[in-house]
Amino acid sequence: MNAPLEGYNFAYLDEATKRMLRRTILKAVAIPGHQIPFGAREMPLPYGWGTGGIQVTAAILGPADTLKVIDQGADDTTNAISIRRFFTRVAGVATTERTAEATIIQTRHRIPEAPLRENQVLVYQVPQPEPLSKLEPRRAETKRLHALADYGLMHVRLYEDIARLGHIAKAYDYPVMVGGRYLMSPSPIPAFDNPKMHRMAALQLFGAGREKRIYAIPPYTDVRSLDFEDHPFRPIRAPQDCALCGSRESYLDEVITDDRGGRLFVCSDTDYCGERVAARGAAAC
Amino acid sequence: MYVAVKGGERAISAAHAWLDETRRGDPAVPELTVAQVEQQMPLAVDRVMAEGSCHDRFLAALAIKQAKGDLIEAAFLLRAYRTTLPRFGASAPLETGAMRLRRRISATYKDLPGGQVLGPTFDYTHRLLDFALAAEGTERATAPEADAPVPAVPRVTELLAREGLMQREDPGDGEPGDLTREPLAFPAARDVRLQNLARGDEGFVLALGYSTQRGYGGNHPFVGEIRVGHVAVEFTPPELGFPIEIGEIAVTECQMVNQFKGSRTEPPQFTRGYGLVFGHGERRAMAMALVDRALRSAELGEDVTAPAQDQEFVLYHSDNIEATGFVEHLKLPHYVDFQSELENLRTIRAALVRESLREAAE
Repeated sequence: MNAPLEGYNFAYLDEATKRMLRRTILKAVAIPGHQIPFGAREMPLPYGWGTGGIQVTAAILGPADTLKVIDQGADDTTNAISIRRFFTRVAGVATTERTAEATIIQTRHRIPEAPLRENQVLVYQVPQPEPLSKLEPRRAETKRLHALADYGLMHVRLYEDIARLGHIAKAYDYPVMVGGRYLMSPSPIPAFDNPKMHRMAALQLFGAGREKRIYAIPPYTDVRSLDFEDHPFRPIRAPQDCALCGSRESYLDEVITDDRGGRLFVCSDTDYCGERVAARGAAAC
Repeated sequence: MYVAVKGGERAISAAHAWLDETRRGDPAVPELTVAQVEQQMPLAVDRVMAEGSCHDRFLAALAIKQAKGDLIEAAFLLRAYRTTLPRFGASAPLETGAMRLRRRISATYKDLPGGQVLGPTFDYTHRLLDFALAAEGTERATAPEADAPVPAVPRVTELLAREGLMQREDPGDGEPGDLTREPLAFPAARDVRLQNLARGDEGFVLALGYSTQRGYGGNHPFVGEIRVGHVAVEFTPPELGFPIEIGEIAVTECQMVNQFKGSRTEPPQFTRGYGLVFGHGERRAMAMALVDRALRSAELGEDVTAPAQDQEFVLYHSDNIEATGFVEHLKLPHYVDFQSELENLRTIRAALVRESLREAAE
């Protein structure tokens, strides 16, 4: 374990703030999918760059935890590196790039491909917790709509896509119903990842720092992507295979290789891809 | 063969080393000291203290140096530092009527008790670049001093209130709200609205205030008074049970006098728009007073039609630390979402092509 930065409490936040966060998290777990306002603090990283996720992680992190931080599914994206380095500096916790080894995984825009276990927590960074925000900007009004479970606005929006384009055009941040009660933003993960949230064994926590809301999905909770009987939800991925590990199931990043239309597709989840490549190498030996 | 980009950690370290280098600039030029920033850029320090929501001239000056003069970045540094400070309570309300004045002007009376005191102001300077300032080391003339300091004088709005012409404010009870501890909830009370505006982005609050003057929700303001000076900060430690003075801070207060038509329960009278900010910040205090009054529209029974009157619009978008973070987060990678949009678009376009081919065949 590295020595934490001097002059700061473990995981940066003071204990009273962590207690406030934990109370908020407990309330969020008790009302799955419901956004709980909290007194988000000003963090030394910018709003919109994961301050909500960072505060949630700081509140649940203990010295024995092993932390993994991913952005776009990868451990080596610059902001993931920055957040991982932050927790190394202020908490001195062990970090890993292996999904299976982590007890806490903080993520932006992806859910790891490998299924998560009961003793893991997935912490999402959330830019806009309000799933209705693009349809109704006033929070006083969306709060009322949630209280009444009045989600007609969203159904109409999805229906309009079908009427105009033939199918639902929402490709990411695709709204879900949690526990049959609350409409929830899954954060801007691709719709491809939505089914992984359904009855996930791990606890899922969502932190929105700038908007000062925390919400949660307890383990084994029903999470359904909104759809219609005659237009069922279908997750989309690029129809190619990963150029590195050959996966036909994983979510792919498209990489431009030249200016003549050359491109290839590789796994967005770098740990998943790396494990498959290593396994293939071992099999070949 | 494609190899995933690695070495982000080394790139970050190198980028930050370069940042340090550009902060220092040409090493042949003497390094700027924090004391120089504090003394010679006092208005930048005041703005950073206000938007950083932390009254400490040294830390604000240090933040400005560290931020290479980017004042929003400096305010952000100060805010992040502020999070680590313990909160030990709320002070007693500042008694701005007892202010040690440096400047005090009223636009509503030609003369009044205490008189008009211009103080150190840009007003009435001709904005001509002073090339003498480019030459260093020249001694500047010192300002002549009055025989006696400006005495504490009553506030203009208080004089009106005694006559019953200015609406009295509800003093409230208990500690004021603190949006750094509790998230905003709507409708927001005036204490929280004022706190939000006092630390809001100067440009944003200025533009909103300006919009009320141009007809978007305005109500004919007069500057009752602007006063700049020092006020004592009093605090009641629980173990003492009575207030003690713990220091003095510089503030700017602006009270705007606005018309009010009156209602069934209240006779016509003037209503107040209030601005109070750290340091010398007249532009900020005046804009704040305009927007404060605009935000009172709903409670005064006026139509809420303009952006400056819309609580959620104003209070959710005034914070430049939140705003800069979220605007600038767009430069973070979004490959995953973009990829999902690409696939979506390709699917929709392919379907359209199939459809048009089928129609052509029929």
